[in-house]
Amino acid sequence: MIWLRSPHRSIDRWGLAVFCIAAIVIVPLGVVLSSLFTVNDEVWKHLVATTLSSVLWNTFFLTLGVALGTTFLGVSLAWLSAATDFPGRRFFDWALILPMAIPSYVTAFVAIGLLDFTGPVQTILRHWLGAEGFWFPQIRSRGGIILVMTLTLYPYVYLLARNAFMTQGRLALEAAQSLGHGRWSGFFRVALPMARPWIVGGVMLAMMETLSDFGAVSIFNYDTFATAIYQAWFGFFSLSAASQLASILVLLVFLLLIIEQRVVSRAGYTGSGRGGGQGDRIQLKGLHRYAAVCFAGLAFLMAFLVPVVQLLIWSFSIFKTDFDLRYFGYIFHSLALGSMAALLTVCAVLILVYANRLHNTPVIRFCIRVATLGYALPGSVLAVGIFIPLAWMDNQIIAHFNIEFALKGTILAMLLAYLVRFLAVGHHAVENAVKRISKHIDESARNLGCTGMDMLRRVHFPMMRGGIFTAMVLVFVDVMKEMPITLMTRPFGWDTLAIRIFEMTSEGEWERAALPSIAVILAGMIPVFLLTRDSNRESL
Amino acid sequence: MTVIELVKVSKSYPTDKTPAAFDISLKVEKGEILALLGPSGSGKTTLLRLIAGFEAPDEGSILLNGNIVSEQGVALPPEKRGVGMVFQDYALFPHLRVSENVAFGLKKMPSRERNEKAGNILALVGLSDYKNRYPHELSGGQQQRVALARALAPGPAVILLDEPFSSLDPDMCVRMREDVTDILRKTGSTAILVTHDHEEAFSMADRVALLNHGRLEQHDTPEGVYHTPLTPFVADFVGKADFIPGVVQGGKLITEIGCLENKTLFHEDAEVMLMIRPDDIDLRPNPEGHARILDRQFRGSENHYRVQLPSGQIIHSSQHSVAYYPNELHVDLQLQITHIVAFDKSIMDQYYNEIRE
Repeated sequence: MIWLRSPHRSIDRWGLAVFCIAAIVIVPLGVVLSSLFTVNDEVWKHLVATTLSSVLWNTFFLTLGVALGTTFLGVSLAWLSAATDFPGRRFFDWALILPMAIPSYVTAFVAIGLLDFTGPVQTILRHWLGAEGFWFPQIRSRGGIILVMTLTLYPYVYLLARNAFMTQGRLALEAAQSLGHGRWSGFFRVALPMARPWIVGGVMLAMMETLSDFGAVSIFNYDTFATAIYQAWFGFFSLSAASQLASILVLLVFLLLIIEQRVVSRAGYTGSGRGGGQGDRIQLKGLHRYAAVCFAGLAFLMAFLVPVVQLLIWSFSIFKTDFDLRYFGYIFHSLALGSMAALLTVCAVLILVYANRLHNTPVIRFCIRVATLGYALPGSVLAVGIFIPLAWMDNQIIAHFNIEFALKGTILAMLLAYLVRFLAVGHHAVENAVKRISKHIDESARNLGCTGMDMLRRVHFPMMRGGIFTAMVLVFVDVMKEMPITLMTRPFGWDTLAIRIFEMTSEGEWERAALPSIAVILAGMIPVFLLTRDSNRESL
Repeated sequence: MTVIELVKVSKSYPTDKTPAAFDISLKVEKGEILALLGPSGSGKTTLLRLIAGFEAPDEGSILLNGNIVSEQGVALPPEKRGVGMVFQDYALFPHLRVSENVAFGLKKMPSRERNEKAGNILALVGLSDYKNRYPHELSGGQQQRVALARALAPGPAVILLDEPFSSLDPDMCVRMREDVTDILRKTGSTAILVTHDHEEAFSMADRVALLNHGRLEQHDTPEGVYHTPLTPFVADFVGKADFIPGVVQGGKLITEIGCLENKTLFHEDAEVMLMIRPDDIDLRPNPEGHARILDRQFRGSENHYRVQLPSGQIIHSSQHSVAYYPNELHVDLQLQITHIVAFDKSIMDQYYNEIRE
């Protein structure tokens, strides 16, 4: 007779694995934060005296501007899409998500290429209106970068707010109507307050993305923490100053993170009743109809259509002269890094998910929470945080074993940084799939004599396959779009499509940056399609 | 032959004050359907999980076909027991077709034999035409039958059904009770059914085990449980019951509604509470009658009256479906008690205190 074995040993094994993954996230964070207490070096003193205050103000205004911009654009578009009807509404429903596929640095350089003094728009205007004396707003400005970031980040707010408006059900609105509120006042008094946790959640995500953005701000020469970290490291060659800047940025991010977690925890399911029929949308009439079409159309035009068309025009004009064998290198590096990171991340995610399923203890839950916080760490912070401990390990190894050895300049450093940054993305996708495997499924499998690896193979893996696939695609695409980690930690010669874009834009060669951008956008479309497919399936 | 035997089984969870199962002993014979009946939190699902092997008892032992499968703190894992289980939410494998779901537990045999066996069982539950569908393409009742077929396929010693009809709508529920009982009888299966619905337990089971706060209060046939409940809880839980105070005097049980032969074990002068079922009382209109009709609920097959006695106590009476009496009508009560059930007054008071908490 075989008795149930006591489970202690296996808890230890899973707990250790989960703890290691959490450590990979915690170490860079700790390294960066500990620099808050280290001695100030000359470069740091110089930075404090010269640029620090402007970097702070720049970061503050940019984040504030993007918060206001994405709130306005995201919420208004979400309401139009979720609760009203106007010509082309069904098209805009998903078309307005498409800007997610364009990295902000691409929109940024297209905006400059188009609207700068030498760009086609100003040139044509000058041609029509006469050369002198007409005023055109400076695109390379605080307003310009806020506009660009708003146009690329509003989909976060749009998606969450739209989801909130769709699922909150018509009952609350109908109750408001029965109490004498029209549909518009119902929006401000009922729908908007009910959706607030989701809206705030979306805006917080947009603000975190803004704080961690590297590409767009460096194209605009708008100094924020992300660029200052890069300059301190690669301009002044002071890793300690970079890490001190990073620690401030981390504190800012954590402030947002705390607000986000507080607000989002309040976002329970407020869906009251199933009455979400399509028939009771507000049918916009007359002028409102056209205003809605124009508004949604303008947003789509500026955030997606114009950048993509401009990129295509540039690509065609440059293709023959610029496309050569080097591109295979960029593409290969992007694909290789993306797939390796995707594989590594999914392995780590599976360990987290399985450990949690087998032993749902407070310690394991806490470690998983820590491990999935990495998405909030800006890439430039992570680059510093991963580089410093690896460099230290290299030195230790050289000192003790007297062998030439380097971890810091290898793919391993990049992959670890990607793992930390994108673990949450993958975890979310797999966890969603695993949630659908109820405890009863496990129990009925056991009842039918199927356990252990057999259960993994015959029941769990087939049920998780979709989630694992989604996780791999999402991580793959995120790595392809990623700029600061790749830029700061890549081994010599490992140039990717994103690096090519960075190099061309830093020389102002917009046309030559267009070709890799198209490739990155095409890859970026995949998650958008996955997203719309999932949301369609959920609404069935 | 005894298939399942529980000997003084106890189980408690650290988070709960009262044990989920306490000192429970019962036997299930081959081919018998046993219903574990009780309110939520009575420990009936815990008992089922102990039998399935998902939990190990703190004390006592469980025997399956005469072999010990669970003892103090240890349990033969469920996959080694040969016990089939049908879950409340069916827990069908969503990625497998109906036939693959049914064949899931049949792995140690050639695939031709396997398919044949799965096919036979699907035919038995009447789902041969659906064998290539996926679970989400089936109705609730069909999913239920697939779950049953899947549990039956490996030929388990006993089938456990955990609130199997609770996610079906009421009409479907009644039909499925009949279908499932038929299938279980046809296959000669031994089955244990968990339910909180006494009608479900009565219509399906050979015997009923009533559980309350983790204790076994009565283990009897449905008729025995209904007509001769051992405790006030059982009397109250398996149907409408009114309790009328009475006293034993001169070999008679004297109550407000009449005198009865004292067939109980209570001695002279004992204060008791007599249990009255609505079908124990007939109403006879009489202007001189002491009882008064308060109101009527029409239930289709019968009329349900609330009647007030002179003392103010309200009792219930069921009359046939065309017996219409107006409110405020004075009536005589005609007793047609087949089984006299009475409880000691102090036990009854204790029960009232319990349910008031």
